[in-house]
Amino acid sequence: MDLGPHAAFIIASYAVVAIVMAGLITWLILDGRRHQRALDALEARGVRRRSQAEDSAR
Amino acid sequence: MQTTAQSLANPTRFMSLSATLLPWVGGLAASLIAVGLYLAFFSAPPDYQQGQTVKIMFIHVPSAWLAMGIYLLVAISSFGLLVFRHPLADVSAKAAVPLGAAFTFLALVTGALWGRPMWGAYWVWDARLTSVLILFFLYLGLMALRSSLDDETLAGKLTAILALVGVVLLPIIKFSVDWWNTLHQPASVLRIGGPSIHSSILVPLLVMAVGFMLAFIAMHLTAMRNEILRRRVKALTLAHVSHAGSRVPATAKG
Repeated sequence: MDLGPHAAFIIASYAVVAIVMAGLITWLILDGRRHQRALDALEARGVRRRSQAEDSAR
Repeated sequence: MQTTAQSLANPTRFMSLSATLLPWVGGLAASLIAVGLYLAFFSAPPDYQQGQTVKIMFIHVPSAWLAMGIYLLVAISSFGLLVFRHPLADVSAKAAVPLGAAFTFLALVTGALWGRPMWGAYWVWDARLTSVLILFFLYLGLMALRSSLDDETLAGKLTAILALVGVVLLPIIKFSVDWWNTLHQPASVLRIGGPSIHSSILVPLLVMAVGFMLAFIAMHLTAMRNEILRRRVKALTLAHVSHAGSRVPATAKG
Protein backbone atom coordinates (compact mmCIF):
# COMPACT_ATOMS: atom_id res chain seq x y z
CA MET A 1 0.00 0.00 0.00
CA ASP A 2 1.46 3.31 -1.09
CA LEU A 3 0.55 6.16 1.28
CA GLY A 4 2.12 8.76 -0.98
CA PRO A 5 4.49 11.62 -0.17
CA HIS A 6 2.72 12.47 3.11
CA ALA A 7 2.86 8.97 4.59
CA ALA A 8 4.65 10.23 7.72
CA PHE A 9 1.73 12.53 8.58
CA ILE A 10 -0.82 9.74 8.05
CA ILE A 11 1.15 7.24 10.16
CA ALA A 12 1.76 9.83 12.89
CA SER A 13 -2.00 10.62 13.05
CA TYR A 14 -3.00 6.99 13.45
CA ALA A 15 -0.19 6.40 15.97
CA VAL A 16 -1.35 9.31 18.16
CA VAL A 17 -4.96 8.06 18.10
CA ALA A 18 -3.84 4.49 18.93
CA ILE A 19 -1.64 5.69 21.81
CA VAL A 20 -4.34 7.95 23.32
CA MET A 21 -7.09 5.30 22.98
CA ALA A 22 -4.84 2.59 24.46
CA GLY A 23 -3.86 4.98 27.26
CA LEU A 24 -7.51 5.74 28.08
CA ILE A 25 -8.48 2.06 28.10
CA THR A 26 -5.49 1.11 30.29
CA TRP A 27 -6.23 3.97 32.72
CA LEU A 28 -9.91 2.97 32.97
CA ILE A 29 -9.11 -0.70 33.60
CA LEU A 30 -6.41 0.01 36.21
CA ASP A 31 -8.57 2.64 37.94
CA GLY A 32 -11.51 0.22 38.15
CA ARG A 33 -9.31 -2.55 39.55
CA ARG A 34 -7.87 -0.18 42.18
CA HIS A 35 -11.31 0.85 43.44
CA GLN A 36 -12.61 -2.73 43.37
CA ARG A 37 -9.60 -3.88 45.45
CA ALA A 38 -10.22 -1.09 47.98
CA LEU A 39 -13.92 -2.02 48.19
CA ASP A 40 -13.09 -5.73 48.61
CA ALA A 41 -10.59 -4.88 51.37
CA LEU A 42 -13.22 -2.86 53.26
CA GLU A 43 -15.82 -5.59 52.89
CA ALA A 44 -13.32 -8.19 54.07
CA ARG A 45 -13.00 -6.14 57.26
CA GLY A 46 -16.76 -6.35 57.74
CA VAL A 47 -17.51 -2.83 56.47
CA ARG A 48 -20.52 -3.16 54.20
CA ARG A 49 -23.02 -0.93 52.49
CA ARG A 50 -26.35 -0.58 54.26
CA SER A 51 -28.21 -2.45 51.49
CA GLN A 52 -25.72 -5.34 51.64
CA ALA A 53 -25.88 -5.48 55.44
CA GLU A 54 -29.69 -5.68 55.26
CA ASP A 55 -29.49 -8.46 52.67
CA SER A 56 -27.11 -10.54 54.81
CA ALA A 57 -29.26 -9.98 57.93
CA ARG A 58 -32.32 -11.50 56.20
CA MET B 1 -44.59 3.23 40.48
CA GLN B 2 -41.05 4.00 39.28
CA THR B 3 -40.45 5.52 35.87
CA THR B 4 -37.68 4.07 33.68
CA ALA B 5 -35.49 7.09 34.44
CA GLN B 6 -36.02 6.66 38.18
CA SER B 7 -35.30 2.97 37.93
CA LEU B 8 -32.05 3.61 36.02
CA ALA B 9 -31.13 6.29 38.56
CA ASN B 10 -30.30 3.54 41.01
CA PRO B 11 -26.49 3.10 40.95
CA THR B 12 -26.74 -0.59 41.89
CA ARG B 13 -29.08 -1.23 38.97
CA PHE B 14 -26.76 0.81 36.71
CA MET B 15 -23.77 -1.32 37.79
CA SER B 16 -25.65 -4.50 36.93
CA LEU B 17 -26.97 -3.22 33.60
CA SER B 18 -23.64 -1.71 32.51
CA ALA B 19 -21.79 -4.94 33.37
CA THR B 20 -24.08 -6.78 30.94
CA LEU B 21 -23.84 -4.12 28.22
CA LEU B 22 -20.10 -3.41 28.34
CA PRO B 23 -18.73 -6.55 26.59
CA TRP B 24 -21.26 -6.14 23.75
CA VAL B 25 -20.67 -2.42 23.25
CA GLY B 26 -16.89 -2.79 23.53
CA GLY B 27 -16.85 -5.78 21.16
CA LEU B 28 -19.04 -4.02 18.61
CA ALA B 29 -16.86 -0.88 18.80
CA ALA B 30 -13.66 -2.91 18.23
CA SER B 31 -15.27 -4.78 15.31
CA LEU B 32 -16.54 -1.62 13.63
CA ILE B 33 -13.21 0.18 14.03
CA ALA B 34 -11.44 -2.88 12.54
CA VAL B 35 -13.84 -2.87 9.56
CA GLY B 36 -13.49 0.91 9.24
CA LEU B 37 -9.69 0.64 9.20
CA TYR B 38 -9.85 -2.05 6.52
CA LEU B 39 -12.16 0.10 4.39
CA ALA B 40 -10.02 3.20 5.00
CA PHE B 41 -6.74 1.57 3.97
CA PHE B 42 -7.79 -1.07 1.42
CA SER B 43 -11.04 0.18 -0.11
CA ALA B 44 -11.27 3.99 -0.01
CA PRO B 45 -9.56 5.64 -3.02
CA PRO B 46 -7.22 8.64 -2.69
CA ASP B 47 -9.12 11.93 -2.77
CA TYR B 48 -8.78 13.94 -6.01
CA GLN B 49 -7.43 16.93 -4.05
CA GLN B 50 -6.04 15.54 -0.79
CA GLY B 51 -4.58 12.31 -2.19
CA GLN B 52 -3.88 9.68 0.50
CA THR B 53 -3.94 12.38 3.18
CA VAL B 54 -7.72 11.92 3.18
CA LYS B 55 -7.04 8.85 5.37
CA ILE B 56 -6.43 11.23 8.28
CA MET B 57 -10.06 12.34 7.92
CA PHE B 58 -11.26 8.87 8.96
CA ILE B 59 -9.93 9.52 12.48
CA HIS B 60 -10.01 13.33 12.57
CA VAL B 61 -13.73 13.74 11.78
CA PRO B 62 -15.00 11.11 14.31
CA SER B 63 -12.74 12.65 16.98
CA ALA B 64 -14.06 16.14 16.22
CA TRP B 65 -17.69 14.96 16.28
CA LEU B 66 -17.07 13.22 19.61
CA ALA B 67 -15.35 16.33 21.03
CA MET B 68 -18.61 18.25 20.52
CA GLY B 69 -20.99 15.36 21.23
CA ILE B 70 -19.34 14.56 24.54
CA TYR B 71 -19.60 18.20 25.59
CA LEU B 72 -23.33 18.06 24.81
CA LEU B 73 -23.55 14.96 27.04
CA VAL B 74 -21.68 16.80 29.83
CA ALA B 75 -24.13 19.71 29.50
CA ILE B 76 -27.22 17.44 29.55
CA SER B 77 -25.82 15.57 32.58
CA SER B 78 -25.11 18.90 34.29
CA PHE B 79 -28.68 19.99 33.61
CA GLY B 80 -29.88 16.69 35.07
CA LEU B 81 -27.85 17.31 38.20
CA LEU B 82 -28.91 20.92 38.73
CA VAL B 83 -32.60 20.55 37.80
CA PHE B 84 -33.60 16.95 38.50
CA ARG B 85 -30.87 16.02 41.02
CA HIS B 86 -30.50 12.71 39.18
CA PRO B 87 -28.08 10.57 41.24
CA LEU B 88 -26.12 9.44 38.19
CA ALA B 89 -26.03 12.83 36.43
CA ASP B 90 -22.94 14.09 38.24
CA VAL B 91 -21.27 10.69 37.83
CA SER B 92 -21.97 10.87 34.08
CA ALA B 93 -20.67 14.45 33.74
CA LYS B 94 -17.51 13.76 35.75
CA ALA B 95 -16.79 10.54 33.82
CA ALA B 96 -17.29 12.18 30.40
CA VAL B 97 -15.07 15.26 30.84
CA PRO B 98 -11.60 13.61 30.61
CA LEU B 99 -12.81 11.51 27.66
CA GLY B 100 -14.06 14.66 25.94
CA ALA B 101 -10.71 16.33 26.55
CA ALA B 102 -8.90 13.33 25.04
CA PHE B 103 -11.03 13.31 21.87
CA THR B 104 -10.71 17.09 21.49
CA PHE B 105 -6.93 16.69 21.79
CA LEU B 106 -7.05 14.00 19.07
CA ALA B 107 -9.15 16.24 16.81
CA LEU B 108 -6.62 19.07 17.24
CA VAL B 109 -3.51 16.90 16.73
CA THR B 110 -4.83 14.95 13.74
CA GLY B 111 -6.11 18.22 12.26
CA ALA B 112 -2.64 19.75 12.63
CA LEU B 113 -1.03 16.69 11.02
CA TRP B 114 -3.46 16.99 8.11
CA GLY B 115 -3.02 20.77 7.88
CA ARG B 116 0.77 20.70 7.45
CA PRO B 117 0.78 18.87 4.08
CA MET B 118 -2.54 20.38 2.87
CA TRP B 119 -2.38 24.00 4.07
CA GLY B 120 1.37 24.26 4.61
CA ALA B 121 0.91 24.95 8.34
CA TYR B 122 0.23 22.88 11.43
CA TRP B 123 -1.87 25.66 12.90
CA VAL B 124 -3.71 28.79 11.78
CA TRP B 125 -5.80 31.08 13.99
CA ASP B 126 -8.88 30.15 12.04
CA ALA B 127 -12.33 30.45 13.70
CA ARG B 128 -12.99 26.68 13.66
CA LEU B 129 -9.54 25.71 14.99
CA THR B 130 -9.52 28.44 17.62
CA SER B 131 -13.02 27.61 18.89
CA VAL B 132 -12.11 23.91 19.20
CA LEU B 133 -8.94 24.90 21.08
CA ILE B 134 -11.15 26.90 23.48
CA LEU B 135 -13.34 23.78 23.88
CA PHE B 136 -10.20 21.84 24.86
CA PHE B 137 -9.32 24.49 27.46
CA LEU B 138 -12.93 24.40 28.71
CA TYR B 139 -12.64 20.64 29.30
CA LEU B 140 -9.38 21.24 31.20
CA GLY B 141 -11.09 24.03 33.17
CA LEU B 142 -13.94 21.70 34.17
CA MET B 143 -11.43 19.13 35.45
CA ALA B 144 -9.40 21.79 37.27
CA LEU B 145 -12.48 23.33 38.91
CA ARG B 146 -13.75 19.98 40.16
CA SER B 147 -10.40 18.91 41.56
CA SER B 148 -9.81 22.27 43.26
CA LEU B 149 -12.69 21.81 45.72
CA ASP B 150 -12.76 19.30 48.59
CA ASP B 151 -16.55 19.43 48.93
CA GLU B 152 -17.64 17.03 46.16
CA THR B 153 -21.28 18.19 46.15
CA LEU B 154 -20.30 21.83 45.74
CA ALA B 155 -17.67 20.88 43.14
CA GLY B 156 -20.30 18.98 41.16
CA LYS B 157 -22.72 21.91 41.18
CA LEU B 158 -20.14 24.56 40.26
CA THR B 159 -18.73 22.37 37.50
CA ALA B 160 -22.27 21.83 36.19
CA ILE B 161 -22.90 25.60 36.05
CA LEU B 162 -19.64 26.17 34.16
CA ALA B 163 -20.51 23.31 31.79
CA LEU B 164 -23.90 24.85 31.03
CA VAL B 165 -22.37 28.29 30.41
CA GLY B 166 -19.88 26.65 28.04
CA VAL B 167 -22.66 25.23 25.84
CA VAL B 168 -22.62 28.53 23.96
CA LEU B 169 -19.37 27.32 22.39
CA LEU B 170 -21.06 24.42 20.53
CA PRO B 171 -23.01 26.48 17.94
CA ILE B 172 -19.98 28.75 17.57
CA ILE B 173 -17.83 25.72 16.65
CA LYS B 174 -20.49 24.23 14.36
CA PHE B 175 -21.28 27.45 12.46
CA SER B 176 -17.84 29.09 12.63
CA VAL B 177 -17.15 27.93 9.07
CA ASP B 178 -20.33 29.68 7.87
CA TRP B 179 -20.16 32.83 9.99
CA TRP B 180 -16.51 33.68 9.33
CA ASN B 181 -14.16 33.39 6.40
CA THR B 182 -12.16 30.36 7.51
CA LEU B 183 -9.43 28.20 6.04
CA HIS B 184 -11.23 25.15 7.47
CA GLN B 185 -13.65 23.74 4.90
CA PRO B 186 -17.42 23.99 5.52
CA ALA B 187 -19.48 20.99 6.66
CA SER B 188 -19.47 18.19 4.08
CA VAL B 189 -21.39 15.44 5.91
CA LEU B 190 -23.84 17.03 8.38
CA ARG B 191 -25.27 19.65 6.03
CA ILE B 192 -28.56 20.69 4.47
CA GLY B 193 -28.84 18.89 1.16
CA GLY B 194 -27.02 15.78 2.36
CA PRO B 195 -23.35 14.77 2.34
CA SER B 196 -21.18 16.11 -0.46
CA ILE B 197 -18.69 13.24 -0.19
CA HIS B 198 -18.59 10.23 -2.52
CA SER B 199 -19.85 7.00 -0.93
CA SER B 200 -16.43 5.33 -1.36
CA ILE B 201 -15.10 7.75 1.27
CA LEU B 202 -18.35 8.46 3.14
CA VAL B 203 -18.99 4.80 4.08
CA PRO B 204 -15.59 4.19 5.76
CA LEU B 205 -15.94 7.56 7.48
CA LEU B 206 -19.38 6.70 8.90
CA VAL B 207 -18.25 3.19 9.95
CA MET B 208 -15.30 4.73 11.82
CA ALA B 209 -17.59 7.38 13.35
CA VAL B 210 -20.03 4.77 14.71
CA GLY B 211 -17.07 2.68 15.93
CA PHE B 212 -15.58 5.69 17.74
CA MET B 213 -18.99 6.54 19.23
CA LEU B 214 -19.45 3.01 20.57
CA ALA B 215 -15.87 3.04 21.90
CA PHE B 216 -16.71 6.25 23.75
CA ILE B 217 -19.94 4.71 25.15
CA ALA B 218 -17.94 1.72 26.43
CA MET B 219 -15.30 4.01 27.98
CA HIS B 220 -17.95 6.27 29.48
CA LEU B 221 -19.82 3.33 31.05
CA THR B 222 -16.52 2.06 32.48
CA ALA B 223 -15.58 5.50 33.81
CA MET B 224 -19.03 5.83 35.42
CA ARG B 225 -18.65 2.41 37.06
CA ASN B 226 -15.22 3.44 38.37
CA GLU B 227 -16.66 6.67 39.79
CA ILE B 228 -19.50 4.79 41.53
CA LEU B 229 -16.95 2.37 43.03
CA ARG B 230 -14.78 5.31 44.16
CA ARG B 231 -17.76 6.95 45.86
CA ARG B 232 -18.68 3.66 47.58
CA VAL B 233 -15.12 3.24 48.86
CA LYS B 234 -15.10 6.82 50.14
CA ALA B 235 -18.51 6.49 51.85
CA LEU B 236 -17.59 3.17 53.47
CA THR B 237 -14.22 4.48 54.64
CA LEU B 238 -15.87 7.55 56.20
CA ALA B 239 -18.58 5.39 57.83
CA HIS B 240 -15.93 2.99 59.13
CA VAL B 241 -13.78 5.79 60.56
CA SER B 242 -16.81 7.50 62.10
CA HIS B 243 -18.06 4.19 63.61
CA ALA B 244 -14.58 3.39 64.97
CA GLY B 245 -14.35 6.92 66.43
CA SER B 246 -17.71 6.62 68.20
CA ARG B 247 -16.55 3.42 69.95
CA VAL B 248 -13.41 5.05 71.39
CA PRO B 249 -13.95 5.84 75.10
CA ALA B 250 -14.24 9.51 75.97
CA THR B 251 -10.98 9.37 77.96
CA ALA B 252 -9.12 8.01 74.96
CA LYS B 253 -10.39 10.85 72.81
CA GLY B 254 -8.66 13.30 75.13
